[in-house]
Amino acid sequence: MIAISILNRLIMAAVTLFGVALIVFVLLRVVPGDPIAMMIAPGASPADILALRARYGLDLSLPAQFGVWLQAVVIGDFGTSISLRRDVLELLLGRLPATLELAFAALVVAVLIGGAVAVIGTLSRRTPLEPAIDATNGVLLAVPDFVWALALVLLLGVLFPIFPLSGRIDPTLSIDFTTPFYLAESLVRLRFDIFLDIAAHMVMPVLALALPLATVITRILKEALLEAMVQDYVLLARLKGMSEVRLVLQEALRNAIGPALSLTGVQFTFLVGGTVIVERIFSYPGIGNMAIDAVINRDLPLIQGLVLVFGAIFIVINLGVDLLAAALNPRLRHG
Amino acid sequence: MAEPITITGPAAQFRPPSRFKTLLTEPKVLFGGGFILLLLVIAILAPLIAPKNPLEQDLMLGSLPPAWLDGAEPGYYLGTDDLGRDVLSRLLYGSRIALFVAVVSASLAALIGTVLGLLAGWYGGWTDRIISRIVDIWMAFPPVLLSILLVAVFGSGVHSVIAAIVIIDWTRFCRVIRAETLAQAQLDYITAARTVGFPRMKILTREIFPNIVPVLIALVSLEMGIAVVVEAILSFVGLSVSSDTPTWGGMIAQGRQLIHHAWWLLVAPLAVLFATVLAFNQLGGGLRRAFDPVMRR
Repeated sequence: MIAISILNRLIMAAVTLFGVALIVFVLLRVVPGDPIAMMIAPGASPADILALRARYGLDLSLPAQFGVWLQAVVIGDFGTSISLRRDVLELLLGRLPATLELAFAALVVAVLIGGAVAVIGTLSRRTPLEPAIDATNGVLLAVPDFVWALALVLLLGVLFPIFPLSGRIDPTLSIDFTTPFYLAESLVRLRFDIFLDIAAHMVMPVLALALPLATVITRILKEALLEAMVQDYVLLARLKGMSEVRLVLQEALRNAIGPALSLTGVQFTFLVGGTVIVERIFSYPGIGNMAIDAVINRDLPLIQGLVLVFGAIFIVINLGVDLLAAALNPRLRHG
Repeated sequence: MAEPITITGPAAQFRPPSRFKTLLTEPKVLFGGGFILLLLVIAILAPLIAPKNPLEQDLMLGSLPPAWLDGAEPGYYLGTDDLGRDVLSRLLYGSRIALFVAVVSASLAALIGTVLGLLAGWYGGWTDRIISRIVDIWMAFPPVLLSILLVAVFGSGVHSVIAAIVIIDWTRFCRVIRAETLAQAQLDYITAARTVGFPRMKILTREIFPNIVPVLIALVSLEMGIAVVVEAILSFVGLSVSSDTPTWGGMIAQGRQLIHHAWWLLVAPLAVLFATVLAFNQLGGGLRRAFDPVMRR
């Protein structure tokens, strides 16, 4: 039963990814402006232009171009970047880990901050602290990651210059990494000096991505916690003499986490989307920063590859959230 | 011409509290609306109130700090950028692009979304099925991907920015307006109108639509807040208007580059952007609350 439902979701995910590929392809083929025109030197002969068109497959019919392209994508051949003159898959694999480390660190921080504020808000109900938390959170809910990032640049980069403003690692520190997951690898290899340097570079972009999500988690989780706190089982636990802190953390939290979780999943996809601009602001070498350059340079093969990778990430996140929700909900598990 | 009828005496006092008065008691609406109104006046009057020409360069007066810091030059209240252009004047002019994009893109997205939402909610059946399915598919596509693609397709420029916002965000309107229409269609006054034999289209435009307008206004306000940020982001990365037109995003990009050299170049546009986004959000949230009798209780 559960195997079938997982299989169903996997098939749906594959169909969605195909849809994304199709839309990407169709949209990018109507681009006004010939990518070849930007690559050639002035005064190139028509024969040279034709040769280039043939090399990038731009001389075939549209369905044929899509067929060729899709076949290539399936075996991992995303073509060659027009602006960087390198293999797109290689470029993507080189940059993706930096973005994944950033996004997951931000997710963890968002859950910790959002969860902590929600618990504190619940513990402080009927005190003046609660409306203060609600009001502050209400205002901060309106602040997008772009504004957070720049406010952090001013606060932690200029006013209190604690953390580095750009990049992923101090270039003088660089050891020979064997994987592109610098943060994880430096930890595994017990190079704490390097780990701390990478972590320091990540503080501001991680906070910029995490804080918008944290405000959403706070609002949803606090609402769910307050609802759980008036249920009979909490009353029973209270009568047994359980302390208020344990009531919230052990009893209410367990039941409030479900609604918060599925919403966090949806919001996590927004967070991953936010890496595009946040990486740009902090010159962080991830795929988001690369996406902006690709658009500015109208680098079609690279844009296609990037959009497919982002699409795949979003699909995997949604799949993961569905499975996690099923695992946490006993009714769905046995249903 | 007939004189307008004025009711005097006790009857005049038996009026339901007007919506307008309810609005003025909502602090969020007052703050948000007030700020947006001020911004609108600034945008319209920018050429009259800006102390300097926003494009005029004077390299002798480059990177001046704001008036209250040492080394400031009189007349340049918020200082100058590295090319000696007056920051305050550029900020005032920048509100024009921000509000232009906000008003045009939010209105167009609202127009498309509302028409389709009304049709889907009122006619149901196949109309509803087709429109709702399109909305579902649309919303499954992450906005960031779509905007990367659209700007890549349309190229940079303020019209691409507007087109991208409209194409991505019309679904927000469609979904809510459809739900509102469905809810209105259940109410007694609609049954009455149908019983009397009003044509269906007329019921939709004369009866249902006016009752949806309050929700629509709140949504438009929220959407304008989103549009202002999107425009700022795209002009930050250089994909909006050409770089010589003053925009808040462009000023922020400049401030980010010169952060160690002249921090005030980042503070001023960022503060204005933040206040604007907050104002649209508070106005939208406040309007929603004021118009929604359930939430008001």
